Amino acid sequence: MKTLIFKTASTYLLPLLVLFSVFILLRGHYLPGGGFVGGLIASIAFVIHSFANGLEQTKNLIKFHPGFLMPVGLCIALISGAAPLFIEQSFMTGLWFENPIPVIGMVGSALFFDAGVYLVVIGVTLTIIFTISETL
Amino acid sequence: MNNPYIVLPVIFQLLTSVLLMFFWYRVNAQRLITIICSIISVGIATWLFKEVYQNGILTMQAGEWQAPFGITFVADLFSTTMVLLTAISGMAVGIFSTGSIRNARLKFGYFPILNFLLMGLHGAFLTGDIFNLYVWFEIIIIASFVLITIGGEKAQIEGAIKYVTMNLLASAIFLTAIAILYGLAGSLNMADLSIQVAEIENRGLVNVVAILFLVGFGIKSAIFPLYFWLPASYHTPPPAISAVFGGLLTKVGVYALLRIFTLIFIPDEFLGNLLIVLACMTILSGGLGAILQVNMRKIFSYLIVCHIGFMLAGLGIYTELAIMGAIFYLIHDIIVKTNLFLASGLIFKLKGTLNIEKLGGLYKKYPKFSLLIAIPLFSLAGIPPLSGFWAKVFLIEGGYKENEWMLIGFIILGSFLTLWVIAKLWSEVFWKDAVDLPKKINVKYFHELKPFKRWAMVIPIILLAGTSLYIGLAAEHIIVLSKQIAAELINPTAYLDAVLGIKSQTP
Repeated sequence: MKTLIFKTASTYLLPLLVLFSVFILLRGHYLPGGGFVGGLIASIAFVIHSFANGLEQTKNLIKFHPGFLMPVGLCIALISGAAPLFIEQSFMTGLWFENPIPVIGMVGSALFFDAGVYLVVIGVTLTIIFTISETL
Repeated sequence: MNNPYIVLPVIFQLLTSVLLMFFWYRVNAQRLITIICSIISVGIATWLFKEVYQNGILTMQAGEWQAPFGITFVADLFSTTMVLLTAISGMAVGIFSTGSIRNARLKFGYFPILNFLLMGLHGAFLTGDIFNLYVWFEIIIIASFVLITIGGEKAQIEGAIKYVTMNLLASAIFLTAIAILYGLAGSLNMADLSIQVAEIENRGLVNVVAILFLVGFGIKSAIFPLYFWLPASYHTPPPAISAVFGGLLTKVGVYALLRIFTLIFIPDEFLGNLLIVLACMTILSGGLGAILQVNMRKIFSYLIVCHIGFMLAGLGIYTELAIMGAIFYLIHDIIVKTNLFLASGLIFKLKGTLNIEKLGGLYKKYPKFSLLIAIPLFSLAGIPPLSGFWAKVFLIEGGYKENEWMLIGFIILGSFLTLWVIAKLWSEVFWKDAVDLPKKINVKYFHELKPFKRWAMVIPIILLAGTSLYIGLAAEHIIVLSKQIAAELINPTAYLDAVLGIKSQTP
């Protein structure tokens, strides 16, 4: 699909969609949103880019293999889940900073867990889609 | 008592897999990490076992959400014993895999997935929430789907199709059963369900749900009419993978059956009789199937089915003595079945085939290996004083006290069939004169391997053989342990108290 309109649009859509995905990620916990949906939206951004500009371009853009995001995301999620164990509380207990951070709002271990999920979802989706489009 | 650290075995397995994922293409680093981490995980499991053995049942409420509402993790003696056995077999399989699995398979993430599978097993044993149990089952089967297809040989894919289809069906039935149970009792916490289900007046519907659970777990643990997928798929993947499947995956079904049918659904007369008939048929069909086979791993697969019958029999009789026999059998069976599949892998590397008609002369050429493999083989047949013998004694005694003559007959028949199969296997593979086998090009023989890989294949077998010798020769420890587990299962008040606290004391 190498049309000029799509190609031009995709260059603007990529940052917009990634920003939107971060917004959805931060919106989670009490409102609809969170790591999973955010991760899907972010990977859609890259998928659109790859459709418009070809797979190689997108790979150059990302620089590293998206599969690498999987262990990194799992690591973040695992650490945020296991963090309460260090102060003798149960696994997955929500720990919160006392004061909200401007723009982001209340920050706690749940946010880090969601960020981990976000990375894992991007990693898995992009690995699957890149692998399929390579073999096509 | 509350202890947030009982979830450590699960977390540690996850940590191991994440660590292994960072070394995706560096197979030697993966081998090293696997060996070290599997030894540490046995250490953690031992610590947990010791803690529970001394202090009684420990619980953990995930995220500090209190019992009937949040997800509870419960470490009672039964769970921790299973966790310890899983860790031991997991270590054996992990070390064996460092020697036997090809680099091509390792580069597709064999070790991380194996650790995910072990994480699922640990979680399934430790959870106290029935929906959470379903989730752990899903983790187990998804990991096992990858393991069974990794490498993508034609036979593997064929086995995988049967395996995947039946297991997905089982999951669907299991999930349906949970949904109906939730509609009936309004709770998912197993301890809470134990109280709620006893009060439901519509016993017919409760029995229907119980049967649904029986069918769901029955497919997973391969009991009588639902076992066909097992011998059709377990011989296809590499031996290390069949070892973890044969040793642990069917046993997690048995564990779930034992847990559900002692805690939530107490078998009434109909259900008890049904379990006994199913046990008899499972023993018979597994035993007869094993006689016909010539592929060594297929023989072992049918023997798995046969011996699932023994454990089901203990549940069917439903006395403390019989359940104790079943628990003892479970403990013995996990170690022995894992070891036998590993041994079959070793024999394949020595000779290049697993067809018992073509094999021969192993005793003459490799007397030490033969003696080593004799330990799990004879333990399985239940030759006294090895480990299989004691379990059957208690099962038969339990049946005798309840006048279950038909069941005793079938247990004896099943033991006889096992003995026959093992004797045939021994004489064919070890004593018969060797025939010259054509050398296969795509098989890397044992003597061609590097010394590290050779030891990596032999040490786990020695380790597991030592464990089964311990279970057989120091049986009094295992008897005390399984007696205590059986008492806890038959009378779950301690379990309910530990999970629900004060609530269970006010009826």
